[in-house]
Amino acid sequence: MATTETFYEVMRRQGISRRSFLKYCSLTATALGLAPSFAGTIAQAMETKPRTPVIWLHGLECTCCSESFIRSAHPLVSDVVLSMISLDYDDVLMASAGHQAEAILDEIRLKYKGQYILAVEGNPPLNQDGMSCIIGGRPFVEQLKEVAADCKAVISWGSCASWGCVQAAHPNPTQAVPVHKVITDKPIIKVPGCPPIAEVMTGVITYMLTFDRLPELDRQGRPKMFYGQRIHDKCYRRPHFDAGQFVEDWDDEGARKGYCLYKMGCKGPTTYNACSTTRWNNGVSFPIQSGHGCIGCSEDGFWDKGSFYDHVTNTNVFGIEANADKVGIAAAGTVGAAIAAHAAASAIQRIKQRAGEHHEENDQT
Amino acid sequence: MYTGVPTVKRTAVYVYQTPVRIWHWVNALSITVLAVTGYLIGSPLPTLPGEASDHYLMGYIRFFHFAAAYVFLVGFLFRIYWAFVGNSYSHQLFTLPFWRRRFWSELLHEVRWYAFQEPEPRKYVGHNPLAHLFMVVIITVGGLVMIVTGLALYSEQTGLGSWPDALFGWVIPFVGQSQDVRMWHHWGMWVIVVFVMLHVYTAIREDIMSRQSLISTMVSGWRMFKDDRP
Ligand code: HEM
Ligand code: HEM
Ligand code: SF4
Ligand code: SF4
Repeated sequence: MATTETFYEVMRRQGISRRSFLKYCSLTATALGLAPSFAGTIAQAMETKPRTPVIWLHGLECTCCSESFIRSAHPLVSDVVLSMISLDYDDVLMASAGHQAEAILDEIRLKYKGQYILAVEGNPPLNQDGMSCIIGGRPFVEQLKEVAADCKAVISWGSCASWGCVQAAHPNPTQAVPVHKVITDKPIIKVPGCPPIAEVMTGVITYMLTFDRLPELDRQGRPKMFYGQRIHDKCYRRPHFDAGQFVEDWDDEGARKGYCLYKMGCKGPTTYNACSTTRWNNGVSFPIQSGHGCIGCSEDGFWDKGSFYDHVTNTNVFGIEANADKVGIAAAGTVGAAIAAHAAASAIQRIKQRAGEHHEENDQT
Repeated sequence: MYTGVPTVKRTAVYVYQTPVRIWHWVNALSITVLAVTGYLIGSPLPTLPGEASDHYLMGYIRFFHFAAAYVFLVGFLFRIYWAFVGNSYSHQLFTLPFWRRRFWSELLHEVRWYAFQEPEPRKYVGHNPLAHLFMVVIITVGGLVMIVTGLALYSEQTGLGSWPDALFGWVIPFVGQSQDVRMWHHWGMWVIVVFVMLHVYTAIREDIMSRQSLISTMVSGWRMFKDDRP
C-alpha cells in the first residue's frame, strides 16, 4: 500500500533509473541553493521517507500554473515530481474522473489525515454562496475548506491563490479571495506569479517533500529562496539603470541597445520574483530580456495598480483615480499663482495702510 | 516732534535656540535635496549616450537622496530630543493645543488676516496658530510618513534581514505592495513641496506685514516686536 512506499520506490516504479534519481537529487540541491553535499541528504531522505501525498485542487483559475509546472526546465525534475504527486488528486493531471476521482479525494483525506500537502491553484469566489466556481456539483470553497481541514500545509500556487489575481481585480464581481482569507489555521506557502516559474514550483514542492518541512518564508509567506529579492536587484539591465540610460520609446536606439525599461513602466523595482535569475522556458529568456518591462505579475493586486507602462502610476483611493505627478504639478502651479496674487493684494493693502499710518504720524506731531 | 525716524519701541524675546536654528536650515536643505532627487528618481533625466560604464547618473541621484535622507532622519530624531531639553517653544513642533478654545479662535483670526479680513495680525512669541498647525501636520506627521515609507523602500535594496527591513519591512504589506508604498512616498513629496512654497512665502510676507520679525528670528533666534500694543 502507498503508506509504506518511499519516494524512491515510487520513482523506480515510474521507470526512473537510479542514475537519473541521483542526478535529480543533485539538480534539486542546486536549484534550492544548497551545497552539493545536500544531494546525498536529499537522496537519503527520498529513499527512506514514506512518500508525502499531495492533493492539487483547482478553483477559479486559468490553469497557467499547471501549464507552467509541466514545462519545468529539466524534464527529469517534472517527471519525478509529477510521478510523486499525480498519483493522488489533480483535476487536470490525474487519470480518473467523476465520482471515482472524488472518492480518491476522500480516501486520501482519511488515510493521510494531517500528513498530506494541499496545493491550490486558483481561488474561491464567495459571492452567491460560491456559485461562480462549482466542482463536483458543489461550490469550490466547500471542497477547499474540507480538504484543508486535514492537511499538513497549503501551497498557494500562483497569484490567484496567493493574492486573488485577475478574478479578484476591481470590481471583483464574484468576490474571489486568496486562499489565506478562507483557510486561516494552516501554514500557507505562497508561490505567486502569473504563472509562477516552473523551476520555482518544482523547487518549492521538492523541498517540502524531501525535507519534510516548510521552506523559510518571508513576511508575506513567500519562500525566501525565490522571492527574497526584486527583479530589479538581479536584472542584467541594471547597469543601464544606474548609468541613467533608458528606453524612452519602444522603437528608439535605447530599445535596440537594451537599455533599462524603467521609463517604459518596468515594475522590476517593485516586484519580488526569480525571473531575472532563473528566467523562463529552460532559462531561455524573461520579459525584460525580450524588451518589455516587468508587469509585476507576482505582486499583490498588480492588475489594479495603474498602467503597466508608467513608472508613476495612478493611485486609486475612495473611487478616485489620480496621478501623483499630474496632481502635484497642478497643485504647485495653482498655489504658485495664488501666492503671486496674494502677494500683489498684500502689497496693495500695505501701500494703503502706509498711507494711513503716515497721516496718523503727521497728525501726532 | 516729528523726526522722520519711527519712535515705536521694539521688544525682543529669545525664541529659537541655536540647535533649533541650525536644525531648521539643515532640514530645509535636506528636504530640498530630497524633493529634487526624489522627483528625478520618479522621472529620470534624459538618456545619456555612450557606454553604461561611462556614467553613474542615476546611481549618484539615488545616492544623494539616501544621503539627504539620513541627514533628514538624524535631524528629525535630534529635533525630537531637543523638544525635551530645549526651551518651551521647542515643543511646539510636536504638540498642537487643539483642546484649547483659544487656539481655534486665534487660528480663525490668522486665517482672516490672510484673507484681508482683519486690519492687523496678533503677536505670537512662538508660531502663529496657522503656521503651528501646518508645521505639525506637514513636518512632524508628514516627515514621519516620509521616513517610514522611505525606509521601507530602502529596506528593499538593503535586503531581507537588514535593519531597515527588520524595523520597516512590515510597512510594505501593510500599505499593499511595493508600488503602493512608492506612490504614497511620491505623493508625500508634492504635499511637502506645496507646504514649502506656502511656508517660504508666508515667512517673507509676515516678516514685512506682521508686527513681528520672522526670518531674522530663524537666523538669530530673537523675536522682535515692531510695536508695544498687545
Ligand atoms: C528659504 C527657505 C525658508 C525660509 C526663509 C524659512 C523661514 C522660516 C521662519 C522664518 C521660521 C520661523 C517661523 C516663526 O517665527 O514662527 C521657520 C520655521 C520653520 N520652518 Fe522654515 N524656512 C524655509 C524653509 C523651510 C523648509 C524647506 C522647511 C521644511 C520643509 C522648513 C520647516 C520649518 C519648520 C519645521 C519650522 C518650525 C521650527 C520649529 O518650531 O522648530 N522651513 N522657517
Ligand atoms: C521629505 C522627504 C522625502 C522626499 C520629498 C522624498 C521623495 C522621494 C520621491 C519623489 C521618490 C521617487 C518615488 C518614485 O516615483 O519611485 C523617492 C524615492 C525613494 N526615497 Fe524618498 N523622499 C523623502 C525621504 C526619504 C527618506 C527619509 C528615505 C529613507 C531612506 C527615502 C528613501 C527613498 C527610497 C529608498 C526611494 C526609492 C529609490 C529607488 O529605489 O530608486 N526617502 N523619494
Ligand atoms: S529593466 Fe526594469 S528591472 Fe531591469 S534595471 Fe531597468 S527597471 Fe530594473
Ligand atoms: S518579469 Fe515580472 S511580470 Fe514578467 S513573469 Fe517575472 S514577475 Fe511576472
